[in-house]
Amino acid sequence: MPVTRGFFGRRDRRERSHRLPPGQYDAGADWPVLTAEATPVIRPEDHTMTVDGLVERPTTWSWPELQALPGSSYAGDIHCVTTWSKLGTRFAGVSVDTLLEAAGPRPEAAYVMAHSTTGYTTNLPLADVTGGRAWVVWEHEGRPLPVEHGGPARLLVPHLYFWKSAKWVTRLELMARDRPGFWEQNGYHDRGDPWLEQRYQGDP
Amino acid sequence: MTTAPAGPWTTGRIAEVERPTDRLVRLRLEVADRVDHLPGQHYVVRLRAPDGYTAQRSYSVASDPVDPLLELMVECLPDGEVSSFLHDEARVGDVLELRGPIGGWFTWTGEVPAIGIAGGSGVVPLVAMLRYADRLGLADRLRVVAVGRTYADLPYAAELERRGAFLALTRENHHDRVAHPPYPDELAPLVDGVERAYVCGSVGFASFATRLLGEVGVLARTIRVEQFGATG
Ligand SMILES: Cc1cc2nc3c(=O)[nH]c(=O)nc-3n(C[C@H](O)[C@H](O)[C@H](O)COP(=O)(O)OP(=O)(O)OC[C@H]3O[C@@H](n4cnc5c(N)ncnc54)[C@H](O)[C@@H]3O)c2cc1C
Repeated sequence: MPVTRGFFGRRDRRERSHRLPPGQYDAGADWPVLTAEATPVIRPEDHTMTVDGLVERPTTWSWPELQALPGSSYAGDIHCVTTWSKLGTRFAGVSVDTLLEAAGPRPEAAYVMAHSTTGYTTNLPLADVTGGRAWVVWEHEGRPLPVEHGGPARLLVPHLYFWKSAKWVTRLELMARDRPGFWEQNGYHDRGDPWLEQRYQGDP
Repeated sequence: MTTAPAGPWTTGRIAEVERPTDRLVRLRLEVADRVDHLPGQHYVVRLRAPDGYTAQRSYSVASDPVDPLLELMVECLPDGEVSSFLHDEARVGDVLELRGPIGGWFTWTGEVPAIGIAGGSGVVPLVAMLRYADRLGLADRLRVVAVGRTYADLPYAAELERRGAFLALTRENHHDRVAHPPYPDELAPLVDGVERAYVCGSVGFASFATRLLGEVGVLARTIRVEQFGATG
């Protein structure tokens, strides 16, 4: 591919924060709300979480049962494909490992489809939601997660672009084969690593 | 919902450059192995430095799909890496890496009566929709509200107005309309009978416009949002 005449990159590109993946800007204290769909109204007490598909023991947790699981938190950065990043933010909930341990993934399970109450779906390799890298969270900065950010509970997969962190998540479906979710059918990448700029289908 | 695979990487040769204001640059490109786009889709532009460093950003297509050239309108952000390069450096004959068209969600081909509300450079995909609608005689199926600070700041202001868009300027009186974001009673008559709403602009603008549509009774599930531009 051709070199772009006159382009040398931003003067300060080498000094830019090593925490910002390429093409991202620091949103600072802002946490933009991305509304490709309507914000649903969900009472926490009605919210449940299910792990099913290719598992030994399909399991559903009620809201109190979910809260009673061993807690786990994340403090770090999040990156949205629309180019904002939010650095040093904190969430608390339960590790996806804890949920999977209870449900017992079958050996052939290799992918996950996250489903939300709105019908939104997003697909992930199982390896991206295990090993302490993914959570179901209901607290942000010590307060209940606001509904516009996915409250009562959302998936959190901070090392991937944020559309993978499905808001209002109610179900993780384990699958043997990958299947595109909502944005992925609309041309977005199946994995979405911000450091590789995996924005669209066909990106590296 | 249809699957919309993104086109592969290709190149585009800049055939025309115009700088309508000191913040905007309009590029018209000859795209190699071009794939037809749908109104509302975008392209990725990738710049490449001699040492292999690259920077890529998305830009909505403004042109009608039948236009032989691909038109982009880029707003120069202070200290923006790609937008200020395109604004300050790009000239006729330069070749840029391009990928597209991309996006299967924020597209309109006249299948339903719709409204589009855009702020600032968010008008670009709506310009493509309006040009397409005019050519096919579908203009009565697409109403557009364009919001800008001033007439001069708003990309395509004159064309939007000529094609019947409602202009809401927030920092400047326009004809007899006093500077203000669109009011619910200005929007209400325009949403009558529409089955889909397109919102495009900054994150702040998109939440404003989505709320406003809700206030005039547009069902949230009919709203499609595309966000870009400064947060303000
Ligand atoms: C689908 C899509 C379509 C788009 N279409 C258009 C279009 O038609 N025309 C157009 O002009 N732009 C469009 N954009 C935005 C464009 O992709 C770039 O984000 C923009 O040109 C800035 O890139 P840059 O390299 O100049 O700035 P960067 O170098 O990325 O950033 C420079 C500075 O500007 C600020 N900044 C950058 N981006 C943002 C942001 N999104 N919000 C707040 N502050 C920011 C940051 O503080 C940053 O330090 C579109 C974006 C998307 C996702």
